[in-house]
Amino acid sequence: MLIEFFFKLRDHGLKVSLTELMDLLNALERQVVFANVDDFYVVARMTLVKDESQYDRFDRAFASYFEGVNEVDIAASIPQEWLERSLQRQLSDEDKAKLQALGGLDELLKQFRERLAEQQKRHAGGNKWIGTGGTSPFGAYGYHPEGIRIGQDGNGARRAVKVWDKREFQDLDTDEELNNRTIKLALRKLRRFARTGAATELDLPETIRATGKQGMLDLRWQAERHNAIKVLILFDVGGSMDDYIYECQQLFQAVRSEFKHLEFFYFHNCVYEGVWKNNKRRRQEQTPLRDLLHTYGSDYKLIFVGDATMGPYEIAYPGGSVEHWNEEPGQVWMERLLQNYPKAVWINPQPQSRWQYYSSIRMISDIMQQRMYPFTLEGLGRAIETLL
Amino acid sequence: MSQFSAGFQSTESYIVSAELALAVNAAVTLEKPLLIKGEPGTGKTKLAEELAASLGTDLLRWHIKSTTKAQQGLYEYDAVSRLRDSQLGSERVHDIANYIKPGKLWQAFTADKRPVLLIDEIDKADIEFPNDLLHELDQMEFHVYETGEQISARHRPIVIITSNNEKELPDAFLRRCFFHYIRFPDADTLQQIVAVHFPNIQQRLLSTALDVFFDLRDVPHLKKKPSTSELLDWLKLLLAEDIGPEQLQANQGQGLMPMFGALLKNEQDVELVEKLAFMSRRQTR
Repeated sequence: MLIEFFFKLRDHGLKVSLTELMDLLNALERQVVFANVDDFYVVARMTLVKDESQYDRFDRAFASYFEGVNEVDIAASIPQEWLERSLQRQLSDEDKAKLQALGGLDELLKQFRERLAEQQKRHAGGNKWIGTGGTSPFGAYGYHPEGIRIGQDGNGARRAVKVWDKREFQDLDTDEELNNRTIKLALRKLRRFARTGAATELDLPETIRATGKQGMLDLRWQAERHNAIKVLILFDVGGSMDDYIYECQQLFQAVRSEFKHLEFFYFHNCVYEGVWKNNKRRRQEQTPLRDLLHTYGSDYKLIFVGDATMGPYEIAYPGGSVEHWNEEPGQVWMERLLQNYPKAVWINPQPQSRWQYYSSIRMISDIMQQRMYPFTLEGLGRAIETLL
Repeated sequence: MSQFSAGFQSTESYIVSAELALAVNAAVTLEKPLLIKGEPGTGKTKLAEELAASLGTDLLRWHIKSTTKAQQGLYEYDAVSRLRDSQLGSERVHDIANYIKPGKLWQAFTADKRPVLLIDEIDKADIEFPNDLLHELDQMEFHVYETGEQISARHRPIVIITSNNEKELPDAFLRRCFFHYIRFPDADTLQQIVAVHFPNIQQRLLSTALDVFFDLRDVPHLKKKPSTSELLDWLKLLLAEDIGPEQLQANQGQGLMPMFGALLKNEQDVELVEKLAFMSRRQTR
């Protein structure tokens, strides 16, 4: 019973387990609900789905099981010739040259299809496409899968829209493999405990020892245990990093609650003579990098988070910065940082498969002595190993 | 089970949606912990209170803090007072059981009547905390190492767990719970809720206030959207200050609403709303 439903849910990417199916069957047997599909929907959801961000998937699976909705694979249904032709017509010679640098039109189209597939999966709609605007030929390509895939409102005979057809939990769905919890678990490896500060905690073994020695109750206290690792994080903000803001926020939230000594600063594309703490006031309140080097000792672990996607001149030449006139090239500043902080890594949220297309990533990676890691669980793990 | 068959429903002081009532009843019947999530201020904690009241049983609250350990919910061994007693030559010192202090889970397991156990804000604790409670919540039993006792539940308590989503909970833990996400109530439900708390509020004031409130919730990029409990506080203030619907209406879209401090708890939010109102005034001019 309900085996097919169970597999339908798994097809939709819900990680339902056998225990949970048993719970649902148990609920049905005990007649918590009886012959009412709306109630069944609620009970099935509460037993099988444990995260509101998965509610939307459940709604889709439920609809497709009970209504037999066919899904349309949009990425496959756009004829390739049509795409290529209309694209080539629009491109100027300059653009074509740029395309070549990115690996040619075929590669770009492949990327586009990948993105389209990704978009279909996420269907949070939009945030990936906003901000990439000018740089991508597909910037204007917005489409709303909800209109096509589901939501057959009002089929006359029945109630206007079924609860699961409304898909009210759509906004909550994020197809994230790296969630806050997994990031935190990865970061736990970076913990090194130490006791410093005021002695406020009862030290039981020491108390027993002292009491036994003295023959009188002798309370001993110790300082609270906390993570002694010191971390300095430099975040790339703005421009091409806009795509990864969400991931970075997550990383940031995760590290924030895990470390006591945590300092963070922002930079744009490459590090130059100043970094800042408040992105809104970046022009007024810059912290000179020299101060940074003097304030935080070399026992701090340095983590860069950035996509390292920029013009090569932004790294290599004086005056290369897109925002201001820099007297010394970014490379010099990077090397100063690395000299001061021997334990340093660069975490790059760009998918590793795309790194080869950007010469700036290669340059940064060389400066970092190949200590650049992708923003995946495995990459984070390797980065932390390097830091220790 | 017959005593629960009537089911949990809206009471005089608490409005519960049909979905939530069904979820609670299923959890009660099937003896599974119920994990409740939702925006802060949507009545997650209140649910446990009302459930206990409607079943006529005790509510045991276990408030979780960042330093809470799973062991504290089971029992604590008070070594210091035992050492002190040994000094004073007290007879009590020979029995270690005198120094074992039962925690909330122990109390819930040994209660005479099936109690409601509220584990409040489980996401505040350390990331490993839920994993340490897996067996205890599943089998409803645990072992006391100091005395060799095995404590198992006389009646499986009704366990309500709330979370504000600050940390994600481990899968193994989630599989053992039922889950319900309290959605923000729609205008009709909210009107019912307000009617329960302020029976004498004028209809016109209420509908104007709700308009203002929902408009405010629709403002994008608010750091903290006002929720039900904030609305109730605000209405209380409006009544206390004797602010009429006319005044509210006149003020709509003209800057901050009166008593905005109850709705907006964040400086940046206040600034944002002010700015939006300023812009809309310029447009209409």
